[in-house]
Amino acid sequence: MEVTSIQNGIIIDHVPAGTALKVLEYLKIDPSKTKLALIMNTDSHMYGTKDIIKIEDESGVDAIDLDVLGLVARTATVGIVRGGRIVEKKKPTLPEHVVNIIKCVNPRCVTTTEPAVQMFHLVHSDRQEYRCDYCDEEAKF
Amino acid sequence: MIGKSVITLDDLSVRQIREMLHKAQYIDSHRKEVAHTCEGRVLATLFYEPSTRTRLSFETAMLRLGGKVIGFAGAQLASVTKGETIADTLKTVSNYVDVVAIRHPKEGAALVASRAASVPVINAGDGGHMHPTQTLADLATLQSRFGRVTDLTVGLCGDLTFGRTVHSLIETLCRFGNVNFVLISPDELKTPRYVLDRIDATDSCSYVEVRDLASVIGDLDVLYMTRVQKERFFNEDDYLRLRDTYILDAAKMSLAKKDMAVLHPLPRVNEIAVEVDDDPRAAYFEQVKNGMLMRMALESSVVGDRLPGYEPLESEEVAV
Repeated sequence: MEVTSIQNGIIIDHVPAGTALKVLEYLKIDPSKTKLALIMNTDSHMYGTKDIIKIEDESGVDAIDLDVLGLVARTATVGIVRGGRIVEKKKPTLPEHVVNIIKCVNPRCVTTTEPAVQMFHLVHSDRQEYRCDYCDEEAKF
Repeated sequence: MIGKSVITLDDLSVRQIREMLHKAQYIDSHRKEVAHTCEGRVLATLFYEPSTRTRLSFETAMLRLGGKVIGFAGAQLASVTKGETIADTLKTVSNYVDVVAIRHPKEGAALVASRAASVPVINAGDGGHMHPTQTLADLATLQSRFGRVTDLTVGLCGDLTFGRTVHSLIETLCRFGNVNFVLISPDELKTPRYVLDRIDATDSCSYVEVRDLASVIGDLDVLYMTRVQKERFFNEDDYLRLRDTYILDAAKMSLAKKDMAVLHPLPRVNEIAVEVDDDPRAAYFEQVKNGMLMRMALESSVVGDRLPGYEPLESEEVAV
């Protein structure tokens, strides 16, 4: 399979297979209005299969929120492309705090009835476990 | 601690909790001396769900310190029926009072309240989540019975899944260290993983999980009984099936140590037989008194009123 390379922008590699569209949604990137290429369920030496997202965007890595990417695609890497070459690679890390990205699923949580900011904190980095600031319910992705 | 909200006990350092325990003991033995400590202060008790015992305890605590009390009990009486948010209610009430105690059925409500309020907020229970002053009452009871809150084998029995008082007590005792936990529950009501993680993360603490109370009661210094709470179940059948799993009676008490202390956050349903009440090892009504004393210590501390004649603990006495 051949996909035309991008000139300036980013390549998000090692996205868990089948999740690229969900990742775009979390990153608030509208595929209908963005020049991008999606490669889904392609071969990966490390993970067996993976998705790849290529985005043509002059603003480079600023086009995406690395904290959000770390949250929803923990294995992903980001290559920054300038003049058709990867000039830098970044690995997103798990953010300590997550604000207004995911919603608490606990029906007893105060955020289901109160117009409060959705806030989560990292409690276990190995298990990549986040809990709601208000009710301590574990976050579901 | 002046101006500080207490939403979970993690808001207080181990040193501050020791200081509260010390203050409560002082208050108990100097009731007259402290009777005007909070004169001119007003406490608001905002109880969005009924809890007579806890509300009366908070209110009595302020009255015994010489302060006054306003508030409501039951959300049907409150402006919440008109659609007012917790945050707006707290922004309003902050203008009237010096300290707020809030109880709400939603988990995390007290945190929302404290972020909106300009006065200290004390969590008087937010759904199945936290109830820090209950844990302070539990600690004060251990302190008065054993003279310490460490080096104990603590059995917790009943609903260990939804029992917030149990989770809070375990997590707080882990901060003090040197406690062995015996977790006694049916498989459906076992201790959640995140609470067990907290014990695992504390080198000086350990736990075992068992189903049978009678086989372990002889090992315990403390037996903390809990009620299987109807309001935490979505399904009545599950509640009825699990309600009668453990009942503490005189026969089981005969297997226990002579100085074991039986604690219970109250109210009980049937999990402790009335015959146990006369046993000197029954400490659950003592817990109620300790709860009020700890609330007196907390209320006077967060509004910044000094107890007459009280000497704070020396730093070496509170060091852990």
